[in-house]
Amino acid sequence: MNILEEIKNKFDGKIKVFEKNNRRTYIDVAKEDAKELVRFIYCDLGARMSTASGVDTKAGVEILYHMAFDKYALLVSVRVLAPKPDPEMPTFTDFMPSTEWIEREIHEMLGVNFIGHPNLKKLLLPDDWPNGVYPFRKKTFESEKEIEER
Amino acid sequence: MAKENLVPMGPFHPLLEEPEFFKFYVDGETVVDAEVRIGYNHRGIEKLAEGKTYEQAVFLVERICGICSTSHPFAFIQAAEDVSGIIVPDRAQYIRSIIGDLERIHSHLLWVGLAAHFIGYNTVFMWAWKYREPVLDVFEAISGNRNHYGMFKVGGVRRDIKDEQVPSLLKAMDDIDSFCSMLLKAVMDDPVIHARTKGVGVLTKQDALDLGVVGPVARASGVEIDIRKDFPYAAYGQVNFEKIVLQDGDVFSRTAVRLLEIMESIKIIRQCLKNLPKGPIDAKVREIGVGEGIGQHEAPRGEVIHYTKSNGSNYPERHKIRAPSFMNVPSFKKTVIGQSIADAALITAAVDPCYCCTERMAVIDRDSDKVLLTGDDLVKLSQEKTEKMRNKK
Repeated sequence: MNILEEIKNKFDGKIKVFEKNNRRTYIDVAKEDAKELVRFIYCDLGARMSTASGVDTKAGVEILYHMAFDKYALLVSVRVLAPKPDPEMPTFTDFMPSTEWIEREIHEMLGVNFIGHPNLKKLLLPDDWPNGVYPFRKKTFESEKEIEER
Repeated sequence: MAKENLVPMGPFHPLLEEPEFFKFYVDGETVVDAEVRIGYNHRGIEKLAEGKTYEQAVFLVERICGICSTSHPFAFIQAAEDVSGIIVPDRAQYIRSIIGDLERIHSHLLWVGLAAHFIGYNTVFMWAWKYREPVLDVFEAISGNRNHYGMFKVGGVRRDIKDEQVPSLLKAMDDIDSFCSMLLKAVMDDPVIHARTKGVGVLTKQDALDLGVVGPVARASGVEIDIRKDFPYAAYGQVNFEKIVLQDGDVFSRTAVRLLEIMESIKIIRQCLKNLPKGPIDAKVREIGVGEGIGQHEAPRGEVIHYTKSNGSNYPERHKIRAPSFMNVPSFKKTVIGQSIADAALITAAVDPCYCCTERMAVIDRDSDKVLLTGDDLVKLSQEKTEKMRNKK
């Protein structure tokens, strides 16, 4: 059976699938179901975790997990929103060790707290970087008060 | 009880792409723990790209890496083209593949040379770097530059390969082929290289899958991934070449994968030059469109992936870059522990992240912070080990 059909059947009603072209598919999912969906794609369907990317939006930090099915030339991007003011996500490192670094990066750059991450230390920024300053957050989305408080 | 010592390695290295800092904890000569710290060279390119137009960002991402300078533009232009499905002319696709694989040859030759230097094989080092020169000459003939070629743009390439250039380029490929075949035989049959690299720094297939490593590191551990084959792009779908996969996962396999890949790259370039289609080299893109795009490219070190989000303006709203070393570097923890400190330099080098670090290595006593061995001493240690093996034979 087709990979996408399998995902659609299992998570019927919980996901919104957008097949952009025959190689790229975006799946929108709620935060509560994200871990189950990614686990299914990674453990049961055997995808490779390629990377994750975070985008700062007005509502929260949008995280995309890019999972590659190399055998089928298909890249599935699972989109999850971690709502502001305190974006949080469950960690995926418990079943997917390859996400350890990228979660650390998103944590320091966009301020997403990955709950349960074993080693959420600084990866790229210097050790003396001030807490609560996230370089990849967009200034336009912050209130003036927040900027002043720094 | 033996005292545990700390061996810091890094962070700066003037030669290759990234400064990194490794801490090895050693008990006697055996590495018992390893830590890695990156970020010394974080230049905020993703953020910078948000303030550049798509046209300018191609030049910006080309400056990410000095060795594989084409990998990032290659992935980035594909991401931009993916946003609204821009069709690129065939001739441009072939020229892209030629540039991409010429780069693989010179990058792998550079690596082979450095790895040989670390085990005290300066003859192979001199050969590899000498035969890298003609590859750079081919680059100069095509693009006018030996590195940072500035060939790529959204929708096509910037420079054409003239028909009258093709015979001389094919001749140059013949020369490169004969040098590289000689080098391949010299390395694959050498008993001392076997003794120094076989069974050293093994990354098992399961570990490779768990850590998500990419490129030659993954293929040396039996993981069959190669973006050129799996997601055919540019002209890679139209040419014949093999995906090189070996099973052992040790330093020797990684060396062999790279050397065999050089031969495949030569095959690809020859086919592209011979079958270069006629036509335009640029789709003359007027606008990127609204949406998201992802571009993948098999760089010499593995999969590069760029994600871009476009809001319809000239400037990307978000640009995410993931370089292959980001996935490959964490594999140290699996490969270095339990190995001898004389092999540590070689194992870290085998991932092809950045040797530069090794030149700054020093063994420091944990209690007194006194430097016991410097980086030069560690390279010497590695070279002496080879010398001892050679004399035994």
